[in-house]
Amino acid sequence: MNAIVFLIFAAVAVICGINVVVRTHPISCALALIGTMASLSVLYLLLGAQFIAAAQVFVYAGAIMVLFVFVIMLLNAGAEQKPHGAWMARLTGAPLLVALLGILGFVILRAFPRSEMARFGGFTGGTVENVGRAIFTTYLLPFEITSILVLIAIVGAVVLGYKEMD
Amino acid sequence: MNFYLLSAIKAAVVVGVLMLTLLYLQWVERKVIARIQVRVGPNRVGRYGLLQPIADTLKLLLKEDLMPPGPNRFLYLLAPFLAITLSLISISVIPFGPEVKVIGVPTWMQLTDLNIGVVFILAISSLNVYGVVLAGWASNSKYPLLGGLRASAQMISYELPLGLAVAAPLLMSNTLSLREIVVSQSHYTWGFLPAWNLFRGPFPQVIGFLVFMVAAFAETNRVPFDLPEAETELVAGFHTEYSSMKFAGFFMAEYSNMITVCSMATVLFLGGWLPPFPGLDVVPVVGPLFWFLAKTGVLLFVFIWVRGTMPRLRYDQLMRFAWSFMFPVAMANLMITGLMVALVG
Repeated sequence: MNAIVFLIFAAVAVICGINVVVRTHPISCALALIGTMASLSVLYLLLGAQFIAAAQVFVYAGAIMVLFVFVIMLLNAGAEQKPHGAWMARLTGAPLLVALLGILGFVILRAFPRSEMARFGGFTGGTVENVGRAIFTTYLLPFEITSILVLIAIVGAVVLGYKEMD
Repeated sequence: MNFYLLSAIKAAVVVGVLMLTLLYLQWVERKVIARIQVRVGPNRVGRYGLLQPIADTLKLLLKEDLMPPGPNRFLYLLAPFLAITLSLISISVIPFGPEVKVIGVPTWMQLTDLNIGVVFILAISSLNVYGVVLAGWASNSKYPLLGGLRASAQMISYELPLGLAVAAPLLMSNTLSLREIVVSQSHYTWGFLPAWNLFRGPFPQVIGFLVFMVAAFAETNRVPFDLPEAETELVAGFHTEYSSMKFAGFFMAEYSNMITVCSMATVLFLGGWLPPFPGLDVVPVVGPLFWFLAKTGVLLFVFIWVRGTMPRLRYDQLMRFAWSFMFPVAMANLMITGLMVALVG
C-alpha cells in the first residue's frame, strides 16, 4: 500500500518537475511546480514527517507560489519563445546530461552508507513538538539569524520598490 | 467490523449530510435575506419553497455548458474542480462529537484525527485561492481576471490575521489535534461557566474570536468582503465566464468553505460539541451532535445576517483594514495570550 502510494506520487513529482522545465507558458510552469511540491509533501507524509508535510503545502504551495502566480498574472507574461538551439548544443547536451546525472548518483551513493534505507513511517521526529523543540533549543541561533535575514530582505524590497516609484 | 468498512460508512454519512446542508444552506440564505428585505423568498416549488434547491440543481444541470474561446482549456476546467475538492477536504478532520459505540465498536464522531489537524486545515485553505485565481485567469476575459487578482491579494492578506487568531487558542489548549482542543475545553469555571477558549483563562479569546470571524468573511469572499465578485463593477468576478455545473461548483465551494470556517470557529473557540451548561450532556449521541450543529448553525446564520445588512467595502479600505488593523490586533492578542500562558500555566 505504502509502496504503491509512493510510486504514484514519486511519478507525479517527476512528471511535474519535467513540466516545469518543458512548458513554455509561465503559469503552466508555476502550476507544475505546485504539483511537484504537493507530491513531495505526500512523500514526507509517507516517511512520517507530518508537520513538515503540512508546512511544505502551507508555506511553498500556499504562500510562495500564490505570490509567483500573482506576479505572473500582473505582468501578463506571455508564452516564451523557444530558442532554436544549435545542433552542436543538442549533440553535446545529451551525453553531458547523462554524465552529470551519473556523477550525481555516484556521489550520493558514496556519501550515504548502504545500510541506511528509508522506511515508510520510520521517521518519528516529525511531530510539531519535536520540530518546535529543535527550533527553539538546538537551532535557536540559526533560526533567529534567518528571521533577521528575512527582515533585511523585506526592507530591501521596500526600498527598491520606492526607488522605482520616484 | 473492520477499520476500512467503518471509515467508509462514516465518510458516506458525512458526505451525504454535508451535501444536503450545502443544498439547503442556500435555501436558508434566500429565505433569511428575503425576510431582512421584507420579501417572501422562494415559495413556489414545494411547501415554503423547500424543493427550490432541487429545482435549481436540475436547472443548472440542464443549462448549456458554454466554453469561452481561449488557450487554456485544461486550466479552465481544472479551476472549479480544484475549488470544490479543496473546500470539501477540510471537513475530514472536523470532530462532530465524542467517542460513540456503533454496534459495539467504539469510534469517534470524526472522519480522522490528525495530530496536525489545525495546520492541515490552514494548509488546505491556503490552496483554496488557486481555484479562484485560475478561474479568473483561464477565462481569458477582463472582469474575471480582475476578480481573480483581487481574490488572491485579499486571501493572502487575510490569511495572516486568520492564522494568528487560530494560534492563540492553540497555545491555551496546547495541542494541534482538533479533537484534543475540544476535550481540553470540557470543564467548567466556578461550576457554571464553560471553559471554552472564548471565556477561559488565562486570557479569554474574545478578540481572537472576532478577528477569526472577520478574517473568515474575507477568506470565503463573503459580504462585506466580496470584492472579487462585486457585481456592480465586475459583473460576477472570477466566475463570470462559467455556466452550468461548473458555476454550481464555485457556488458549492463557497458554501462549503463557509461551513468549514464556522466548524473551525466552533471547535477552536466555542467548545465544539460540549454543552453550554453543566448537566446537559445526558443524551449520548444526539446531544453532542445537537450542540455542535447549533453552534455552527448560529455562526452560519451570522454570515447570512451580515450579507443582508452590510454594504460592500472599497478595495483600498479592505486592504488597509487587513494590514493596519487586523494584523496588529491579532499579533497583540497572540503575544498577550502567549505571555499569560507562560506566566500562569
